[in-house]
Amino acid sequence: MAEGLIVRSLRDGSLPGEHAPALCLEDSLTPPLASHSHAVFRHLLTSLLSTGTGTAVVLVAFHRSPSFYLSLLSPTFHNSIRLLDCYSDPLAWKSNHHPPPSSHSPQNITLLTNLNHLPHFLSSILHLAKDFGAQGHDRVTVAIDSVTHMLRHAPLPSVLQLLTNLRCHEKISSLFWLIHTDLHEPKVISSFEYISTMIASLQPIVQLPDYANANISASITSLEENYSKAKFNVRLKRRNGRVKLLCEELLIEQGSVKFSSVPSVSSVVAQNLIPKVQFNIQLSDKERMDRANVVLPFEHQGNGQNIEIYDGRRSLSESQKDPSSIKIGGLSEQKRSNNNKSEKGEIHYIRDSDDEQPDSDEDPDDDLDI
Amino acid sequence: MAELCDLLAEAMGHSLPVGKVVLIGDCVETSGAFVLHLLLKRCLSLDSSFVVFVALSHPFSHYDRILRKMGCNLSAQKKNGNLHFLELLDFSARSKENSVDDGFCKLYNEIRKSVEAARSKDTKASCVYIMIDDISLLEIAADGSENDVLNFLHYCSTLTSETDCSLIILNHEDVYSSEDAPRLLAHLQHLSDIEIRAAPLNTGLAADVHGQLTVINKGLLNDDRRSGRRIWNFQFKVKENSVEFFYPGSQH
Repeated sequence: MAEGLIVRSLRDGSLPGEHAPALCLEDSLTPPLASHSHAVFRHLLTSLLSTGTGTAVVLVAFHRSPSFYLSLLSPTFHNSIRLLDCYSDPLAWKSNHHPPPSSHSPQNITLLTNLNHLPHFLSSILHLAKDFGAQGHDRVTVAIDSVTHMLRHAPLPSVLQLLTNLRCHEKISSLFWLIHTDLHEPKVISSFEYISTMIASLQPIVQLPDYANANISASITSLEENYSKAKFNVRLKRRNGRVKLLCEELLIEQGSVKFSSVPSVSSVVAQNLIPKVQFNIQLSDKERMDRANVVLPFEHQGNGQNIEIYDGRRSLSESQKDPSSIKIGGLSEQKRSNNNKSEKGEIHYIRDSDDEQPDSDEDPDDDLDI
Repeated sequence: MAELCDLLAEAMGHSLPVGKVVLIGDCVETSGAFVLHLLLKRCLSLDSSFVVFVALSHPFSHYDRILRKMGCNLSAQKKNGNLHFLELLDFSARSKENSVDDGFCKLYNEIRKSVEAARSKDTKASCVYIMIDDISLLEIAADGSENDVLNFLHYCSTLTSETDCSLIILNHEDVYSSEDAPRLLAHLQHLSDIEIRAAPLNTGLAADVHGQLTVINKGLLNDDRRSGRRIWNFQFKVKENSVEFFYPGSQH
């Protein structure tokens, strides 16, 4: 469900006058979330291209070579994707020494060699988006793998401004990027979360201590489980300000990514709190009703009815006339509205004095000198 | 080959990696250099292989002596053109004429030319490996600029996809143990496809067991390894001319 909402939001784009929706996909080195996040990134890419609604993608490739991404996609999608190659020669170390031939790159790959110059970087992305517009694609999504690489070459404010400019541009319908949380300070991660409309983070299924120093041999089974599964937490920000939280389970199987729902947290917690013993500590419905009908030995039952308390000064005759009052012998008795209760046991309480308030919290043994 | 049947070979997929980045991590208590020596010997043992060895830590004679005991003649391999040994004991990326960036750019291009030449020879090298010993000295050569080191490693890793060569790097992890945020180490872990960690035993020193090795083989998205296993942990004993790997309690 979470994945479907994300893909739908990216596919639909924004309403007129609004910024484009943006997804921030987060991971960490906690093994092996980094490889999972790349798998999710590629899965979203494939899902967007296969929606068949004329969506085109401009992929900014830092982490892997453009040919790697193209090899993962069906050839039918190659016309719907343009790659900005920031992987092969971002700082012009190759081209300054050995300029590549002009026909070196395929048609849908554009080489970028001056990553340090962000305005040129932005214009390169927009140029590719405009190309799509000329070909009839009215929705262009920009995908960045990853902004962590961008932050090594440009300061945070410049990168944030670039992403905001992309969200504002009329040619860009949506945007999503990947970021490695353990390579940045928390304030950097928060900055990216603020400018995004959807935040998806991966967490391990089994929480382990710092695995580098822990007893690896004892935790291998848990580590292996983390390699095949992960928690996929999504936070969606609505236009009206409401936030929707979703938590699903991610399954990685031989190159494919699958999402499945998990039990609600409260039911899981409740199940964990009940101790597993041989005794039956649950109540049946009849037992619950009987418990609710028990008259407690207090002067009031908290049922809203008037409190009738024997104050010790009323005459016996008056007490006999009053059907809700005391019994013979000057003993106080709680009011019983239920006829059945006259057959049950009684608790008689004699007040020490008239000054004593009903249901007093004072300890009657306080005057003892022990 | 008999050597490729041991636990280390099993963890690496029963063959030497192709087109991957291998990170070897160690610490003061347990050196991981033996893994680098073992992989160097195995790489040179393949038919038509080529190795570029970037040595910042020890001179050629050091590796030659060690590999001779393991049955590999580095001098002969160098003479035959199977090994390009870059001895950079006094390497400093910054000079009077160059900035750090320029210095690493020159080093990268030297490596790249060597790899491309090996690929384009008449006897085309089928397996090319770039080995770096070690990253912490690269950082010193960069005057502490981890960004320049990462740029250099990024460019070296691009060779893994362009020319199908593998990058094997040794890193001393406890150099970063006092840092609040060991960013360079984290970047290297993100970059690597296979991590090999040498660590001491949890129980302390032992005469017959020299440490434990943890291998994390992350694999790629389209990896079709059937076992699905990613993590291995076993113990090792470094002998005079070989290394023995075994699970705890199963040493012969």
